[in-house]
Parts: sequence; C-alpha cells; structure tokens
Amino acid sequence: MEKKDRIYLDNGATTMLASEVLEEMFPYFQTEYGNANSLHSYGRTARGAVENARKTIAQTINAQPEEIIFTSGGTESNNFAIKGIALANKDRGNHIIVSSVEHECVLKSAEWLERRGFKVTRMPVNKFGVVEPDVLKRAITPKTTIVSIMHANNEIGSIFPIMEYAEICRKMGVYFHTDACQSYTKVPIDVKKMNVDAISINSHKIHGPKGVGAIFIRKGTKIEPFMDGGGQEFRLRSGTENVPGIVGFAKAATLIQKEDVIRMEKLRDALISDLLKIPNTHINGAVGKDRLCNNISVSFNFIEGESLVTLLDIEGVSVSTGSACSSSSLEPSHVLLAIGLRHEIAHGTIRITLSKYTTSDEISYATKKIKEAVEKLRKISPLANIKQSSKNKLQ
Amino acid sequence: MYNEKVMELFQSPKNMGEIPDADAIGKVGNPVCGDMMWIYIKVGTNKSGQEIIEDVKFKTFGCVAAIATSSAVTELAKGKTLEEAKEIKRKDVSNYLGGLPPIKEHCSNLAADGLKKAIEHYLARKPKEPKQSKFSKQKR
Repeated sequence: MEKKDRIYLDNGATTMLASEVLEEMFPYFQTEYGNANSLHSYGRTARGAVENARKTIAQTINAQPEEIIFTSGGTESNNFAIKGIALANKDRGNHIIVSSVEHECVLKSAEWLERRGFKVTRMPVNKFGVVEPDVLKRAITPKTTIVSIMHANNEIGSIFPIMEYAEICRKMGVYFHTDACQSYTKVPIDVKKMNVDAISINSHKIHGPKGVGAIFIRKGTKIEPFMDGGGQEFRLRSGTENVPGIVGFAKAATLIQKEDVIRMEKLRDALISDLLKIPNTHINGAVGKDRLCNNISVSFNFIEGESLVTLLDIEGVSVSTGSACSSSSLEPSHVLLAIGLRHEIAHGTIRITLSKYTTSDEISYATKKIKEAVEKLRKISPLANIKQSSKNKLQ
Repeated sequence: MYNEKVMELFQSPKNMGEIPDADAIGKVGNPVCGDMMWIYIKVGTNKSGQEIIEDVKFKTFGCVAAIATSSAVTELAKGKTLEEAKEIKRKDVSNYLGGLPPIKEHCSNLAADGLKKAIEHYLARKPKEPKQSKFSKQKR
C-alpha cells in the first residue's frame, strides 16, 4: 500500500464526524436555528428535533425518553452524576466508591466531594484492569450512597461486569453509575435488564459532534440539578439546548451496526497478533469479548511512548501514549500503574484505537511503521541489549 | 511542541551508539522516571597535550527531548578539552537546540549531567589505569 497522508488510529480520543451526521445537523445552523424554548415556529421545530433525538437515544439503551438528559459531554455527565447523587443523598450517607482506573473527570469529581467531607474509596483492579465484584461488595458500607465504575476503560479497553456491580448495589440500596463514554454503541446496554441508575454517554467518540453528551438517570433517582437557570432538561440541566449537536448525537448513536463491531474485532485481533511478533512486546487489558472491539494497548520494552508516537506521527500514523513524558504531570497513566505495570513499561505503552472506517490496508501500513519505529528506538536505547526474560504475551 | 532543530536531531541523532572500549560512561536518569542516558567518552590529547573528548557517543531511553538533548550534548562536547566539556551546562544544550518547551527543560539538565558524570568517572579512574598512560604515549 502506498503511503497515505494520514492514518487516524486515535479514535479513543475523538472521532471523525460521520457524513450522515453532518447532513443531519446542517439545517439546524442556518435554517431551523430556533431556540427550542421559543413559542414560534422556529422554536417548535427545534423543540421537535430535540425531543426526537431524546427518543432515539433512549431507544438505544431501552430507556424512557424522560430519563435522558442532554449535557455538554462526558465530563459534564460524570460530574453531574457523581456530585448530583452524592449531594442529594448526603442525609443517608457520605461514602462514595469509584474505581482507581476511572477517567480523570470521575476521579476529580470524587476529590471535589472529598474536600467537602465525603469519604471516598478507590477500588483496586486486577491485572486486567477490572474491579472484582466480590471486592466491591466488601467495600460497600451503610454510609455508601453511590458507586461509580466505568463500563469500558479508555486506556486498556477492558469491559467491566457492570450488570454484576449494579445487582450488588441494588441489593445493598446504593446507587450505581457507570461512565459508558467508550462503550456506548459498541457494547450493548439495556437499562431494563441492568439495574444501573445513571449512565454517562457522549457524542464525539461515536462519530458525532464534540460538545454534546447525555446522562441516563433512572426515574426516581434522587439527584441534585447540575446547572440552575431556565429549567431545561426537566429542571436538571438548564441552558439553551445545543440543537444541532443533539441532533447529530442522536444520528451518530444509530450508525454503528453489529457488522461494524465484528469487523473492528477482527482487525483488532489481527493487529494484536502482528504486534506480538515484535520481540519483548505485550498487550494490556482483557482479551476477546471482554475487550473493547477497537482498543489495543501495547507495551514495547526498552523504549518510550512519546518518542514512538512522534516517529509514527512523522510517518502519518496517529496513536496515543500513556507515557509520563506526554503528560503535564510527568507521571505515567494511572490506569497502567493500577494494573501493576512497572513504570518503565508504562512509559513504553501506546494506545491504538480503531473506528468503523479503519481498513485492513491501514492496519497493515501502521503495523509496518510501528515495527520500524520500535526497531529504530531500540537501537538508540541502552536498555535493549540487556536480555529480558519476558515473553510476548497477553498480560 | 518541539522546534525544527529538536525534531531534526530526534529523527537523525548525531553520535548515537556505543564506544566498546570507552574510557568512561556517564549513566544518568533511570527507566522508572522514563529518561535514561548513557554518555560514552573516549579521551585523547590535543597538540598542546591537553586531554580532549576525542570521541563521544550516547544511548538514550526517553522522549523526543531526551534523545535530542543527549545527541546535542555529544555534539557540544566533541573535540573540547575535558575542562571545557565539564563546563557545558543545560542552558548550552537548550540554546544549541534553539530552546525547549519548559516542561522538557529537565532533559537538557540530564544530558549535561551525563557528560559531566562521564568526565568525572574518567578523572577519578585515571591514576590507577595503566591503559591511559600507554594510550597517551601513543598519542604523542
């Protein structure tokens, strides 16, 4: 395959807007640009569009439309769920539980509550990055009001058994929230089968526009409103609705088909198999069906992630890294450390995330460039000559 | 994040490699921190009889800045007397590269330290090392 200009393999960070989504959004910028709260025809059309979108999104998780609240994205939805439920239920208790591998917005929301007198337990994870249900059960106390554990991890792709967590929480009278921003539409969610009380989802990970997301809040959940004002979104989240964004989000939510998931799984597994042919390499996270269809987290011994990402970028391949050198804190990814990776291995980790548009030609090209870049960096590294006993394996 | 000079040196690093019979190796950093540099030096004498960095190579485990700064420090050191080379500071490395992002300045520090350590190791070993005097004789 000839060198393409760019191959985008960082879909865990954000995705390209789908053409169908752009088309769907278009009229709402210059033709039907009304405020959904206005009484006139512009307003009514905009209102209709928002409510249709709400119905569509509700259907994707078998929820009622009034259980879907639109927000500005995953970060807001997570802040809303955790702070909103903890604060609304503080008379019952002041203990919240999160996993140690949550996205920063969940961890920082927990810290915010901690600074205001709440107790926070951060659940450890096993080597696949998953919280063991039994361990969760033992951590819940009479003062626990909310547990927040993600559906799938953005760094290493492991899928969590949220149905089991939700069952435990329901039996013990605790609200269960899950951050499903990485899993939404890739892994089925049915709120009638799962006792989940709140779910965060977002648009820009599924070929929808940035700046819009939603939260499912089960009817009857006691939660403080997140934004006060005009009373939109059932008085839980005020603010003029982002009509084009919401319309685009709903369109994006219907795009992915079962065949897309199967195709991504095949490409993912082919890539994993090829990468493991490179010596001193291993994959992080769960395997097979317990792994997100599009996620590959791979560690290359003896080299560093920012260098690898940069060499690949020069060759037109875009991926991301959990290395410290690429973060402002100079600490490697908390997720990689939580699963027990040694620091130097965490530094040499990159994340490759596919989309439904990724082709096998692109994967072949990327594999070739990764192999070349790893070889080049190992020639530069003083560590590469030291014989390591690690075999290529799925960790 | 990085300027052209840094990117150039990162992609085609000068003096990358080992010196199997190096007179000293300055090892700094550690893999836990994500930055590790080994600076190899070979010491000779110039016409005035002063000891100079005759050859210098590096090996680095680290980010773009780590590779660029360790290569830069070897370029700065080559041919200098040991005294001059010991004086190379992180600012010299940073200036050679036309500047680094503030969060990456510590890499230039590490590179300068690596070179300094190599020279100090050499100077500390010198009197006990018969090989050195034989070598110096050959140079005259």
